[in-house]
Amino acid sequence: MSFLLVQALSGLATAATLFLVSSGLTIVFGVTRIVNFAHGSFYMVGAYAGWSLIERFGGTPAGFWGSVAAAALAMGVLGAAMEIGLLRRLYRSPELFQLLGTFGVVLVVQDLTAWAWGPEDLLGRRAPGLKGSIDILDQPFPLYDLVLIGLGPLVLGLLWLLFNRTRWGTLVRAATQDREMTSALGVDPARLFTGVLFLGCALAGLGGALQVPRESVTLQMDMAIVVEAFVVVVVGGMGSLTGAFLASLLIGQLQAFGILVFPQITLVLVFLFMAVVLVLRPHGLLGRPDEAPPTAPATVTVPLLAGRHAGTWALALLPVLAAAPLVAGDYALILLTEVVILALFAASLHLLIGLGGLVSFGHAAWFGLGAYGSALLVRHLDAPMPLALAGAPVLAGLGALVAGWFCVRRSGLYFAMLTLAFAQIVWSIVFQWYAVTGGDNGILGVWPPGWAAGKATYYWLTLALCGGALWLLYRAAFAPFGYALRAGRDSGLRAESVGIDVRRFQWMAFVLAGAAAGLAGGLYAFAKGSVFPTLLAVPQSVDALVMVLMGGIQTITGPLAGAVVFHLLESEVMSLTDWWRLVLGLIIVALVLVFPKGIVGFLSGIRSRT
Amino acid sequence: MSEALLTVDGLQAWYGRAHILDGIALTVGHGEVVALMGRNGAGKTTTLKAIMGLVERRATTLRFDRRELSALPAHRIARLGVGYVPEDRRIFADLTVEENLEVGRQPPRPGAPSWTPEKLFALFPNLAEMRGRRGTRMSGGEQQMLTLARTLMGNPSLLLLDEPSEGLAPLIVRQMADAVRRLKAEGLSVLLSEQSLSFASAVADRACVIETGRLRWTGTMTELMTDNGVRAAYLAV
Repeated sequence: MSFLLVQALSGLATAATLFLVSSGLTIVFGVTRIVNFAHGSFYMVGAYAGWSLIERFGGTPAGFWGSVAAAALAMGVLGAAMEIGLLRRLYRSPELFQLLGTFGVVLVVQDLTAWAWGPEDLLGRRAPGLKGSIDILDQPFPLYDLVLIGLGPLVLGLLWLLFNRTRWGTLVRAATQDREMTSALGVDPARLFTGVLFLGCALAGLGGALQVPRESVTLQMDMAIVVEAFVVVVVGGMGSLTGAFLASLLIGQLQAFGILVFPQITLVLVFLFMAVVLVLRPHGLLGRPDEAPPTAPATVTVPLLAGRHAGTWALALLPVLAAAPLVAGDYALILLTEVVILALFAASLHLLIGLGGLVSFGHAAWFGLGAYGSALLVRHLDAPMPLALAGAPVLAGLGALVAGWFCVRRSGLYFAMLTLAFAQIVWSIVFQWYAVTGGDNGILGVWPPGWAAGKATYYWLTLALCGGALWLLYRAAFAPFGYALRAGRDSGLRAESVGIDVRRFQWMAFVLAGAAAGLAGGLYAFAKGSVFPTLLAVPQSVDALVMVLMGGIQTITGPLAGAVVFHLLESEVMSLTDWWRLVLGLIIVALVLVFPKGIVGFLSGIRSRT
Repeated sequence: MSEALLTVDGLQAWYGRAHILDGIALTVGHGEVVALMGRNGAGKTTTLKAIMGLVERRATTLRFDRRELSALPAHRIARLGVGYVPEDRRIFADLTVEENLEVGRQPPRPGAPSWTPEKLFALFPNLAEMRGRRGTRMSGGEQQMLTLARTLMGNPSLLLLDEPSEGLAPLIVRQMADAVRRLKAEGLSVLLSEQSLSFASAVADRACVIETGRLRWTGTMTELMTDNGVRAAYLAV
């Protein structure tokens, strides 16, 4: 009994931190309609800054709490700077650009933090005056955690007062509902938004700095917390503070008790909880339908540039590509093989984004499932390569069939969040199911058999399979299936009213895209000879998004060009520096700000202008 | 004669690629009520939005109180003393009546009548009884009153009033007309868009008639009421 009570209390302490971070995220979303991926970075840097300050001044209670407050304020200032430098230019962009742009900031901040504080985990000192523990029904419980438990409701109360009892709060709530009308009444929205980012990021920084006495400060804190905060915000209802509080409590308890019952799959539990809530209450626990983010179609100004040219080009390119082994060396062939695989991966994502208007943030799940499918068939069943390769799209397609049923129920940002959640589920299964997947160590020794071991043979095999899959995707785009998908993207309501079952087409597209990505993953596993959980992780999904974005969303050949450029950048530029995250992050931010139409869109823009 | 409060010339406006306004010209004098008349889709609402800076626009002259507006964003225009009352009301539904008024509040402005919630509650007695009520729980007429009151909280000297009588019960329309006349008596200038000739003739001094984004006719309200040709060509449905 007393053990359960202490467990519940520690769940409350977790919930408090979770609430501090998620409240900032939900406030920022409510006003700016941007899901700030970089929110976790402010939490992480808040913890690092808090650590440094506490080391220096944290000997006394005043010094400790002053350090925590200073770290929070510093994060607020950085958040305001990000609003002015980046977010302000993204308010009218499609959500894909907003998510990617802020993810670019995540990468940049990771490298800058590593540069400033070093790669080692840091252990902070305990809070002076709160080092001991108190006995609760004969079980010791840390005093500091009790303080945290009290802090959650306190911050909720203060925020409520701020939003309901001050002019600033009233203006923010007004701008949340109708930005344009608020500015027509003489309120400068830009200054309001800068203030909101200050507040939101300061809360994240506060959450981070308060963690210093509880756990070590690491470079992995940012992604871990931001994904959890996403779940909290989505479960609570996007933009709802009370909802975030409630969801934090629930998820805190879910984690505290889940670890007792299913220690292996606590992560899975959290994401399953989110998926179930979203299916039962589509707008979250306390969210309202009108708070649903608008689904800005990815700037559909030009219809998909069609066809005949792309087909001719592809036919002309094929013999050139097929002849490559005659001149290229082994290294170049390996590179080319990977480019071809990534082109299929990117094109499969493009099917969802470009045609369906469905921005998936978890496409790596299917790539990784394909890769693991092949590797597991080889490892556990000793399957020959053709069978293992055939298994890749099947496993990925089945995974996408299940996940897609949930995901296509929602559109826009909720779709992005759901796909992210499913990718995290798959990732955590692979990561935690050590006996089968090898966990962090991955699966090694997945090489092609003798007849396909030559670099040239494997390249031809890849080219044939990917070429065939690409041709299928291309055909699908200009078949009635593709038209229905695009109709659903541009106006779901009108498409429904002419008899198109939009959701079913989106589901089919989701499965098709998943299977295609799975085939790419299977080929990738044999090309590399090994698979690791990183293949299913968020950065891999982002890579695919960057390829699609680089190529340009509204061009059918875009993803192919994007894959070529991205992979060359990755292997020829980023591998030369330890700061590849910084480089990649800056590339992403630049892409989002300067070349929103991608390479192909940019080139055809120049062509049509002259 | 001193310069008009608002001078618009060569006003063009776009929604994306659609060219909506093509060379609108009009003036509103100090203390004058001008009605912008025209059929559905003629460009009345867009004209008001263009003056307010809410749509992409260009103009050879867009001057208010001797200040050029073309380069200013909406909130700066509002702070100069231009009050905008949208046709679709756009009440902040989650905010109470008093909070809606608070959003509109700006410092008093020399040369313009200055308003407090109490003065506005005297002008619109219905609102006084529901000051703590949220916008979602108000009738259309009450919302229209609140929209107007909210804009007045900014102490404007010029009011851009978009279709004030649209969709309201006859009794409320009469109250609305009374309110506009009282605002004029307080010294406010008003540019209102209207489809209803009877409402316009009850409150306006002059009229500008537009069709398909162009100015077609301008004159006093009395002239418009007697000119059957203009009414038949541009206003009759």
